[in-house]
Amino acid sequence: MEKRVVFQSKWLPYALVAPQIAVTVIFFFWPAVQAVYWSFLVQDPFGLSTTFVWFQNYAELFRSSHYLDSFRITAIFSTLVAVSGILISLLLAVMADHVLRGALAYKTLLIWPYAVAPAIAGVLWAFIFAPSIGIATYVLKKWGIDWNWIVNGDQAMLLIVVAATWKQISYNFLFFLAGLQSIPRSLLEAAAIDGASPFRRFWTVVFPLLSPVTFYLLVINIVYAFFGTFGVVDATTQGGPAGTTQILVYKVYHDGVKAADLGSSAAQSVVLMIIVIALTVIQFRFVEKKVQY
Amino acid sequence: MIRRPLIAALAAFGLAATTAQAQTEIHFWHSMGGALGDKVSELAGKFNASQKDYRVVPTFKGTYPESMTAAIASYRAGNAPHILQVFEVGTATMMAAKGAVVPVYKLMKDADEPFNPKAYLGPVAGYYTDSKGNMLSFPFNSSTAIFYWNKDAFKKAGLDPEKPPKTWKELVAVAEKLKASGQTCAYTTSWPSWVHVENFSAWHNVPIGTKENGLAGTDTEFRINTPLHVRQLTMLQDLAKRGMLSYSGRTNQGGAKFTSGECAMMTESTGGQANVRRGAKFDWAVTQIPYWDDVAGAPQNAIIGGASLWVMGGKTNNSYKGVARFFAFLSRPEVQMEWHKDTGYVPITYAAYEMTKKSGYYTQNPGAEVAIKMLANKPPTANSKGLRFGNFVQGREVIEEEMEAVFAGKKEPKAALDEAVKRGNEILRKFEAANKS
Repeated sequence: MEKRVVFQSKWLPYALVAPQIAVTVIFFFWPAVQAVYWSFLVQDPFGLSTTFVWFQNYAELFRSSHYLDSFRITAIFSTLVAVSGILISLLLAVMADHVLRGALAYKTLLIWPYAVAPAIAGVLWAFIFAPSIGIATYVLKKWGIDWNWIVNGDQAMLLIVVAATWKQISYNFLFFLAGLQSIPRSLLEAAAIDGASPFRRFWTVVFPLLSPVTFYLLVINIVYAFFGTFGVVDATTQGGPAGTTQILVYKVYHDGVKAADLGSSAAQSVVLMIIVIALTVIQFRFVEKKVQY
Repeated sequence: MIRRPLIAALAAFGLAATTAQAQTEIHFWHSMGGALGDKVSELAGKFNASQKDYRVVPTFKGTYPESMTAAIASYRAGNAPHILQVFEVGTATMMAAKGAVVPVYKLMKDADEPFNPKAYLGPVAGYYTDSKGNMLSFPFNSSTAIFYWNKDAFKKAGLDPEKPPKTWKELVAVAEKLKASGQTCAYTTSWPSWVHVENFSAWHNVPIGTKENGLAGTDTEFRINTPLHVRQLTMLQDLAKRGMLSYSGRTNQGGAKFTSGECAMMTESTGGQANVRRGAKFDWAVTQIPYWDDVAGAPQNAIIGGASLWVMGGKTNNSYKGVARFFAFLSRPEVQMEWHKDTGYVPITYAAYEMTKKSGYYTQNPGAEVAIKMLANKPPTANSKGLRFGNFVQGREVIEEEMEAVFAGKKEPKAALDEAVKRGNEILRKFEAANKS
């Protein structure tokens, strides 16, 4: 009664996964190994003279207060983006799930921003909140708020958090909505008959059943905040003012591409790689235990 | 019907390919966007029409840092362009890349093209000349920082619209009057480090760094935390605190605030005049940058910004002859005069300057001469010839970051400049180590 398909061929399974392995090796492992190698070198931009310096690039990084500051900034930024992105989209999904009339229109509109490239999202928000000419700046001025993220670091941070979150909400929304719709109606009805309030129904029935989705989104959103937000920062603050929005991934780009300091940039990307690997391991080890599949 | 243009295009392509074979192509990567880019294409077109052996192909490669990055990557991959336009802060990086570039003086000598470095404006040539007096890159678009003022706003504040502030002390007094008249922003600046640190130092004949601002060696250190530099930043901090200075950002964003009338005074590049001319709905003019009159010898002379053309290594001798001929073409007074008039950049040769003067252009446009007068104000000293700091793309950003911390009220000027020197020197040491040969 064996119903599984069993491959008789020895090489066929390998041949079938080979393209995927090749892509991973060429586009992930190879650059990663290169980055590790480069992080031990000091080289001029044109590659005319190269010195092997062991851990000097790393030592310099951790001596620099600005690099350590970049960690703090990234932690704040990633937490804000991941948490607010998940909360807002959960709220929107729960609301959209209840809408009966014109549901499709709502859903489509909520998914739209996902089709916008991060750089364009950044430019849009930068325009709206541009100091002196932005439309939102104009309104804020009427309310007596001096809005100028060119000087004010907190406002600059707020701007990139808003732009980065807005961009990600659609993606989260899609997953939450699918999760909500897969919850059996009978469970909710049973809880309602038992006299549970809507809030209690959400908290004791819906939320636990959504936990696999929430967990998945947490991992994805943190990775997004660490890496995917580069375009948003580049199109708006470019790390300024005075480095207050210089998240780690932007600093990697800036030091490597703009400042042509490849050794330091490679060392930073190795550090970043280690952080994200560690975060993902922690999430799977500890947070996943609380997830009910 | 649809097919016909395709055939035409293919035919044109084939035609272009055959003519290109007869000519030697010279690839020229630049960062002149918009109207400036059209002007570059026009220059290349004129050169191409003037002779049959070479064809210069200009390509816009994005902003200055972008095209420099692209050229570095393509050099590593073995297909760099012949000519690359590099902004002034990239000069030290290019100079250190011996082997990757062909020095212009050598290029011209090998090709037997007439070339006299003395024909070029002192502060322009000095910026791109090594310690032995050899010109390494070809000056192309040079600008300097000048002072803009809104005459209508001056009138409204009861000030003489024909009398812009000569000194920084006067500027503060003028700013106070402007503010009292209801002007939301009295003064703003573009390029904070270039204007208030680099040009400021040269204008007051004080060093930006040791070793002749780095021109005499890579073992240079920044000297921008002197009492005079602190005084300048303190003045800016004070103006910002009292709501008279509106900081606009690190590049030319100040221009928009001046053009819209929001700010009544501005320090910006000469290159900003085109945009102001197009957008400003008020009477305005430009003059030289203010100075501190108690500093002996001030004002000295301004230093340049803008970019120069570098010749990349590893190309055929024949193509280098073409590059040399193109540079000789660009140096012609009539070509320079046209470039100067159309773009607002300064003419790079004395001959072109004289020619423009004779044409009566400056009597009609007195603003156009301000930059050259500032650059040629006095013979340049060791402090005002120019600057050459390794990795200055990063170095300048460090200075700007520290200035921003002052404008945001997070740091005091002295502490900020001390930190800028410390961080800047770390970058210089790293550059020195990476370029030891």
